[in-house]
Amino acid sequence: MRETFPIRVTENRIIAPNAWLLSFPRTFDFVAGQVIGISLNKSEVPRLYSIASGIQQNQTEILYTRKEEGLLTPPLSRCQKGDTVYITKPFGNFICKEEEAVWVATGTGIAPFASMAFSGQYKGKTLIQGARTPETMYFSGFFKEKMGSHYHPCCSRESTEGCFNGRVTDFLRQQTGIKTDIPYYLCGIAEMVVDVRDILISKGVPFSKINSEIFF
Amino acid sequence: MQKPETKEALFGKTLSQLQEIVTAAGMPGYTAQQIADWLYKKEIGSISEMSNLSKAHRELLEEKYSLGLSEPVKVQTSVDGTKKYLYRSHMGKFIEAAYIPDSNRATLCVSSQVGCKMGCLFCMTGKQGFQGQLSAGEIVNQIKSLPERDQLTNIVYMGMGEPFDNLEGVMQSLEVLTAEWGFGMSPKRITVSTIGIIPAMKTFLENSNCHLAVSLHSPFEDERQKLMPIENVYALPEVLKTIREFPMGKQRRTSFEYIVFKGLNHSPRHAKELARILNGIRCRINLLYFHPIPDTPLEAPTEEEIMQFKEALEAKGLTTTIRKSRGQDIYAACGMLSTKEMQKK
Repeated sequence: MRETFPIRVTENRIIAPNAWLLSFPRTFDFVAGQVIGISLNKSEVPRLYSIASGIQQNQTEILYTRKEEGLLTPPLSRCQKGDTVYITKPFGNFICKEEEAVWVATGTGIAPFASMAFSGQYKGKTLIQGARTPETMYFSGFFKEKMGSHYHPCCSRESTEGCFNGRVTDFLRQQTGIKTDIPYYLCGIAEMVVDVRDILISKGVPFSKINSEIFF
Repeated sequence: MQKPETKEALFGKTLSQLQEIVTAAGMPGYTAQQIADWLYKKEIGSISEMSNLSKAHRELLEEKYSLGLSEPVKVQTSVDGTKKYLYRSHMGKFIEAAYIPDSNRATLCVSSQVGCKMGCLFCMTGKQGFQGQLSAGEIVNQIKSLPERDQLTNIVYMGMGEPFDNLEGVMQSLEVLTAEWGFGMSPKRITVSTIGIIPAMKTFLENSNCHLAVSLHSPFEDERQKLMPIENVYALPEVLKTIREFPMGKQRRTSFEYIVFKGLNHSPRHAKELARILNGIRCRINLLYFHPIPDTPLEAPTEEEIMQFKEALEAKGLTTTIRKSRGQDIYAACGMLSTKEMQKK
């Protein structure tokens, strides 16, 4: 088990229905796209979450949704400023080094891309973000402002102005002439990752250009 | 359609869990051992057949619990004797178990999850997404309800799902299979395969004596990352370091599963790197033919290519075997049959 370190929660705020952003001081440097393990006790096996904040921010932030049947997120959602949680050092290799790339995320899978964007790595990137409702399109204001026409929010349950009405998979299927020589980064539940990967491959993107991060 | 069982199943409970149940129900302590005998050493079809328990106790148990055994709902038989059984899980979803008889052994490949979260490029189960964890009882039921159970010599956790993403269910099932009060199987007959979830793998190594198999598929991190997203968080060097540091003993075996994909991972460069990274680990490499799945960019190697790779590995001192392709005519690749069944619904 990775070593964990106690840290005081700075803030734990609801940013959307059933979604929280947990903040604590940035005590370890990291590379945007990396994960961190979190537990509520020193003895527990930490659960992994992608860091959602930028590499220069004073606070490290974790985006999570509460799973009622989960062991961690129900008590985590009740954490308040000053409470102690345990974190591992950041690790992981879901790192986008290229100048030009396409990012595809659904749900809290947006976290590594938020970290990259908050770290200033959004130039040359295209983001396709999927959510059920506009409220759960996390960080959409920032992405819209910084990425402009390179930002494609896809809303599967509601028709909203400025959003593609459908899933990210529907959006991608409708695209013609997508670039096949640039890398694609996917993050979300396995089903989305697998479906998007299949679509990209069917459109001529070599699998060697597809990088995936999965939730488990 | 069969209604999913709503009562909690007794099958798959450990002796200590059964003790808790009988204590809570006000039954004598020795009843737990009697129930374990009925569950794991005898053949019964209902709780009411546990004839050395009083009628009142049986009725008490039946109020809250089901036996928890379920027969396969479908079987497909290959020309080579391999049989693929389809079981219905408590969620109403389908899981698979493959019975693979060979000259001197008969192996059952069991599932540990319904679907999978790991999203490996070459895997059909991943295309179903993740639909739920199997309980220990549902894992062991694949063995108990197997018509060929008496011929079984080996069990491998290599069916649907990542076993170490269902650590609780898998560890409990291993306890039931290997404990004296359970099936009393030798742990040397059981292999658990993982893609390398390190914390769970450590728990398994420390708390079980069963063999370990690790899905490798490429010795190069960037290449493995494209095949197996898990590489992003649990990188191969760390997986190997964990294995290298654990005292495995002489009886316990580590094997590396290596699916060979045409033109991708069987070059002399791969053989050389495998020899380098596996140096110091007492292990065996099992080469497997890739069974193509729909929409995959990956291709199966030729027999000659896989033979050449085996020779290259052996020349570097690595014990290497080629796993025979079995049951190709019955959707042998794991996840194929259940996905087909799911699509019918």
